[in-house]
This record gives sequence, C-alpha cells and structure tokens, in this order.
Amino acid sequence: MRTTSLLTALAAGATVLALAGCSAPGAPAANGASSGSDKAFTLYSGRDEELVQPLIDMFEDETGIEVDVRYGNTPELGALLLEEGEQTPADVFLSQDAGALGALSNADLFAPLPEETNAAVPAGFTSADGTWVGVTGRARVIVYDGQELTAAQVPDSVDAFTSPEWAGRFGIAPSNASFQAFVTAYRVLKGVEAADAWVKAVAANSPQIFENNLAILAAVNDGVIDAGLVNHYYWFAQADETGAENLRAQLAYPKPGDPGAIVNVTGAGILHGAADDADALEFVNFLVSPTAQQYFVEETFEYPLVEGIEAPQGLPPLDSLKNPDLNLSDLESLEATQELLSRYGLI
Amino acid sequence: MTSSHRGTRDRRKGSRSSGAPPWLVALAAVCAAAAAIPLVYLIVRALDAGIAGSVVATLWRPRVLELALNSITLAVAVTGTCLVAGTASAWVLTRVRIPAPGIWILIAALPLAVPSYLAAYGWLVWVPSMNGFWASWLLLSAVCVPYVTLPVAAALRGASGNLHDVARTLGRGPFGAFVSATWPQIRPAAIAGALLVCLYALSDFGLVSLMRYPTLTWGINAAYGASFNRNQAALLALVLVALALAVVTGERSIRGGQDQVAVRGAPPVIPSGRWKLPVAVVLMAAPVLGVLVPVLGLLSRLLEAETLRSIDVPRLLGAVGATLGLAVAGALLATLLALPIAALAARHKSRLVSVIEATGFLGHGLPGIVVGLSLVFFALAVVPALYQSVIVLVFGYAVLFMPKAIGTMRSGIAGVPGSLVEVSRMLGLSPLATWWRVTARLALPSIGVGALLVAISVMKELPATLLLRPTGISTLATELWSRTTVFEFGAAAPYAAALVLVAAVPAVVLSGFRGVSKEDL
Repeated sequence: MRTTSLLTALAAGATVLALAGCSAPGAPAANGASSGSDKAFTLYSGRDEELVQPLIDMFEDETGIEVDVRYGNTPELGALLLEEGEQTPADVFLSQDAGALGALSNADLFAPLPEETNAAVPAGFTSADGTWVGVTGRARVIVYDGQELTAAQVPDSVDAFTSPEWAGRFGIAPSNASFQAFVTAYRVLKGVEAADAWVKAVAANSPQIFENNLAILAAVNDGVIDAGLVNHYYWFAQADETGAENLRAQLAYPKPGDPGAIVNVTGAGILHGAADDADALEFVNFLVSPTAQQYFVEETFEYPLVEGIEAPQGLPPLDSLKNPDLNLSDLESLEATQELLSRYGLI
Repeated sequence: MTSSHRGTRDRRKGSRSSGAPPWLVALAAVCAAAAAIPLVYLIVRALDAGIAGSVVATLWRPRVLELALNSITLAVAVTGTCLVAGTASAWVLTRVRIPAPGIWILIAALPLAVPSYLAAYGWLVWVPSMNGFWASWLLLSAVCVPYVTLPVAAALRGASGNLHDVARTLGRGPFGAFVSATWPQIRPAAIAGALLVCLYALSDFGLVSLMRYPTLTWGINAAYGASFNRNQAALLALVLVALALAVVTGERSIRGGQDQVAVRGAPPVIPSGRWKLPVAVVLMAAPVLGVLVPVLGLLSRLLEAETLRSIDVPRLLGAVGATLGLAVAGALLATLLALPIAALAARHKSRLVSVIEATGFLGHGLPGIVVGLSLVFFALAVVPALYQSVIVLVFGYAVLFMPKAIGTMRSGIAGVPGSLVEVSRMLGLSPLATWWRVTARLALPSIGVGALLVAISVMKELPATLLLRPTGISTLATELWSRTTVFEFGAAAPYAAALVLVAAVPAVVLSGFRGVSKEDL
C-alpha cells in the first residue's frame, strides 16, 4: 500500500502544480483596496433579475455607476458568500429574506452601515445592529382555495390548523426560511411551550409538505389543497402573470397580533471588503430612497419600509401587522426553531 | 469476482494486478484527484462541525434516517425499473422487426434531452396532485431509461445471436434463452448504464422537490438554504457519498471481471405478430411519460399565460451559444479526464485501480450545489485568479459528469481485442503509440458516446452553473430558472423549448452511434 499513498500524494501534488501554473497574472482586483469611488461595484442579488434589473438600470442612469450583478437564489448566494469569506468579489448583497442577512451578519461578513442609512427604515423592519438595512416587507398570509371556501370560512389564526377539521387539507414548507421565521416568531411571542404544542399538533394533523411557498400557492390554485401558509407577494406576482380573475387561490390575513401575521423583510448589506466603497453605499441608499421604494410597491407588490410611501392597494396597512413584541433580530435565532421542527419530523 | 466467463476467450490476461504501466496509473490518479475535490471539501467542512457529538446528533436524527431511507428506496426502485425497461426496449429495438427502427431508437434517446425538473413541472400542469414516491419513481425512471437502453442496444447489435439460437435449440424458452445466452453478453453495458441511473437518482433535487418526496438532497438544500449550516449540509452530503461509493463498489463486483468483447453476428429478427401491443408499450412508455406529456404541459402553460411577451431573440441566442460552448468544453475536459481512468479500468484490476475508478464516479452522486461550493472553496484556495471564470465552471462540469464518460469508454476500450494490442507491441510500437494508434482508434465510438452524454448533462445543469458561472453569463438552464421563479411562464417557455431542442441534438446523434448499423437497414 506504500506505493498507493505515494502515488496519491504525487497525483495531488501534480494537480495543484498544474492548476497553479494556470494562474497567470491578471487576477481580478481585490476589493480590499477599493476605497472612495471608481464608478463601479459588484452586487450579488438574491432577488430576481426580472424584478431588480430595471431598478438597477435606473440607478446606473441616474448615477453613472456601473453595477456588475450576479443573480442567484438567496439561500445559494448566502452559502456562496459564506464560502467565499473575505475573498468575495461582491460589494453588496441584496437578500430575499432577513434570515440570510442575519446568518451573514453573524458570520461577521458585513461592514456596519452609516447611521443615516439605517435611520431611513423604522426599527423593527431592519437589523438591530446596523449591519444591514431592510428594503421591503412581506406579510405572512393564509392562501386558500376560493372555490372551496368562502372568506368567512378561512381561519383568522394559524392555531386553527391544529384542529381535526383541517387534517390533511393544508400545506406548509417547513424547510423554507420564511416558515421557520414564522415559527420563530410564534416561539418568541407565545413562548416555547406553546410553540412546541403548535408544531406537535400541526405535525400530527397530516400537513402536506412542500419545498417552498410557490409550490404551495400552485397547489392551492390547482385545488390540490384547501389552504396554505405563504408570503403575500407570491399571489400578487402570479396574479400579474395570469390575471387575478383567473386565480382560484385567494389571500386571507390572520388577525393582528396572531403569530401568523408577521412581516418578514428583504434587505441589503455591504460586505467588509467594500466598507469604504462610496458606490456600494450609494446603491444601498438608493434602495431605501423614495424612487426605489415606489418601484417595489408598483412592481413587486411589497410593503415599502420607508415612511411616506403608500403600501400597494388591497393590502392591510403595515402598521396593523407590526408586532410590538417582536424584534427582527429575534427571527435570526433559527437554531431552536429547527430543533423544534426536527423533533416532530418536519425537517 | 470470477473472471472466467466466456469473455476471456481472447488472450487478454483477465485479472492481472501488476501489469498496469506506472505512467497510466499516475495519470489516472491525477484525473481521479479532480473528482475527489468535493470529498476533500466535505471532509474539511465535516471536521469543522466537530467529529464528536454533533456528527452523531446530526446523523441520528429520525428525520435524517428517513431521508436516507427515502433516497435509497427511490434509487433502488428507479435503477431496477430502468434496468428492466431499458433492456426490454433495447431488445425490441434490435431484435424485433419494427417499422423505421432508426426513428424508434432516436425516440428512445429523447428523454435524455428533458431535464428532470422540467419533466416534473410539465406533469404537474396536468396532474397537480401528483406527489410522493410513486410520482418521483415514475418520472425519474422515464427520464433515465435511455442510460440503459442506448448502451444495451449497442451491445445487442454486437452480441451474437447464435448463442441464443443454440439455447433455444437445446430446449430453453425464449426468456430462458435470453437469460442464459444474451444477458451475459449485454450485462456489462446494462449494469454500467444502471450505475449512472442510480447515481442520478441519488443526487437529483429538482424532480424530487417538485414531487415533494423528501430525500437526502432536500436535507442538504435545507441545511444550506434555511439554516445556513454548511457543516450540517456537509454531513448529510457525506452520507450521500457513502451511498454512492457503496453503489459504485457494488457495480464493480456485479459487473464481474472484464467487459465483454462484442462479437459481430447477424441477429435474428423475430416478427412481432400478436406482440404488437406489448412492443408498442415497451417502445413508447418512456418517451410518452418523459417527453410528450411534460412538453405538452409546458406548451399549455405557455398558452395560458395572459401576457405573451415578445421573445428577446438576441438574448435567447446568446444563451443558446453559451450553453453550446460550455457543453462542448465540458464534454472535452470530462472526456480527457475520464480517458486514463477508463483505459486503466478496462485492462487492469487491482485495489488501487478500483479506488481510482470509484473516485472518478464520486461527483455524479452529489447534488450540484455541493460540487459547486466545493469548487468555490478549491478555486479560492488554489487558483483565486481563476475564480468565477469559465475555466473553473468547465472544470466543475467535468467533475460532475466525468462518470458518464468513464463507463462507456471503459467498455469500448475493453472491447478492443488484447491480441491486436500485442501484435502492435510486437511490431515495435511503444505502449503509448499502440494506445493511440490501436486502442484509441478502435474505441473512438465509445469515446464519442461518453462525450455526448456529458454534453447533454452540461446543458441541463443548473445549481453548479449558478454558483460557478462568470458574472453575466447565462445558459438556457439559468435563464429558464430565473423566469420560472417569478411565474413568467410566457417568458420561460421559449427557453424551455430551446433547452429541450438543443439537448435533443446530441441525444439524436447518440442514438445513431453503433445503434442501428447501416447494413441492417
């Protein structure tokens, strides 16, 4: 076996050498050095190109700053940023949910944002430590089959889904970040014991398990299940594509104060390497400017987080969903939630 | 492991362990090292997790056991189904008189062109309630069958029909004759194909997530996506690696000693008669389930979309170009890396050879996100200058899909008679020259088949492409992804159609390789 290990070592060495030989000069500029403005920066966008690119075009026209955008899923870009660490080419990360921002913040990948940037968004909808800023809000809602149920038959609390009446008729996406944020909120608002009881009862009530919110919405719209727990904006995006009148699925909002009625946020943070990059900061400030906020209202049907911008039509006011007892930084503490979900076999 | 079946009638030394030239072993080991990158990465991450308590705690959760069991059940069921259905349709394609056999073998190859996530998506349009094990089993089997059908059809073309006749004359029934005479000749091809199916079923995420059948790849994606727990994801992925290694090792022992040498012989053509219906079912099941139904489903969604946006033609063409370029580059590199491993495994047997070959198969048993992240890790550590360049992306494709080339090329190389090699050596040619002028030339069709299989897979690949692509480069798969995430079925449909069409090209070429040879038509 001695030859084996020798050969393995040789092989490994040869690979490294061969690959090292390839690393010709012309390395991309490291971001550490970029200070001030060079009229360009790199954005990792966990939000979709169709929705975000027009906004970026607006920014580029307005400022003359060139934005190099890399699109991906928020979870995958989050994993990518963690893997890249300090070597990341990214200057700004635009995230679809607070969970990813919290995870990156905990890994100390974000540079603190200036006071005035953080102040643009009211507390409760942005990071507690000023490492990232909230951009838009998404309400947790109950989506239901409008052909099977009337609005009055839809529960006004997520607690209803523990009753035998709903056994096997509702969908959840327990491995999805948005559902886990909701369960975390439940735990924070109602206590560990109540959350444990809810998860246990729901798990025993034959829930239909989906991988994400989109799949739940599609299943409700196709009449496969009667209701599901999702984020509000998926319905509006679907309505925009196929026409609201063609949708079987309808939305109901849990009553204010119910843990099912929380708001989760999208947001953005600046990576350490770009701490002094004026272009990156200008973009983050642009995201919380009236222009961009108005764009999100009109194009993605999300809640604006900056004061003075009207919420999209047909949505309950953001204030009615704001939960005074809940801090977004509480939602970053996912581990206890995951342990809870795994205890009852949901993840 | 007996290697004393009829295949050793040529004078190849069946199971010598010492004969492998050191340069070949070294070269193959270097190539296998590339495929081992994901494993190194996973071990580093798993060590981060701390070997002691958390490993046991993570792996012993009831949910993890359930996921692993689901993965195993699905992989076994899909592999078995593909083995039976693929062998049956290959037999019909080559041994039964059917109208337009060339067209049928082409149709048999088409499911390869449909990405598993598109097949699932297209089916959900018709049957939204479809979910769970049976749905995943049916659709995965339908899209994977060609991995068995094509190599077995090629082997059957070469296999001698005389033995079958002899067996029938000696009183065996048709099935008995098949088992005793034909099966041994096609077994290596069938099992090599089944191995690819099994690894694919283990590593697939797109289809099982849409069909809501939670497997280990769910757990891995959730660990990355919801909890940003890379270490936990790595532990789950290592479970997958262990399963994949068990499968690869199992395949080696089932395959037995040496690959069979194809013997040319005129195959008998049995008239179909009252067997028309079963024959039609065997031929059409996979193309209908894996291609026709989902494609029609996608088309109907396209018509449903309220706004049919105008197609951005330059952008579509750009994506087609990038897809083709990457597919060609990925196929070339994967073939180059697979060649020494295949050459070594075709002619030599030893524990070292087994380790090298098994390592070469690793990448295919892992979901794309794991292989993608491992190359992020590797590129940043070793060649940061190449990070997010096409080179690393193509290298990633090679790591992922090299196994598709290893299996077919190994059979092809083993099929080159050892006597020819010996003659060439006696005539004074060096081993390398012999290899190039004799073995490589004769094995060329199998090398082509391997390269085409890789090209098709590269075209359909999504998660690793998203992680490794240079910023700004889009393939048909990434364009499709970015449109379906926002419900733009109208805008997504052209990309879905283009992807299936582009991937169908190598599939069609593939069906022509040693499938229906001209003298039979």
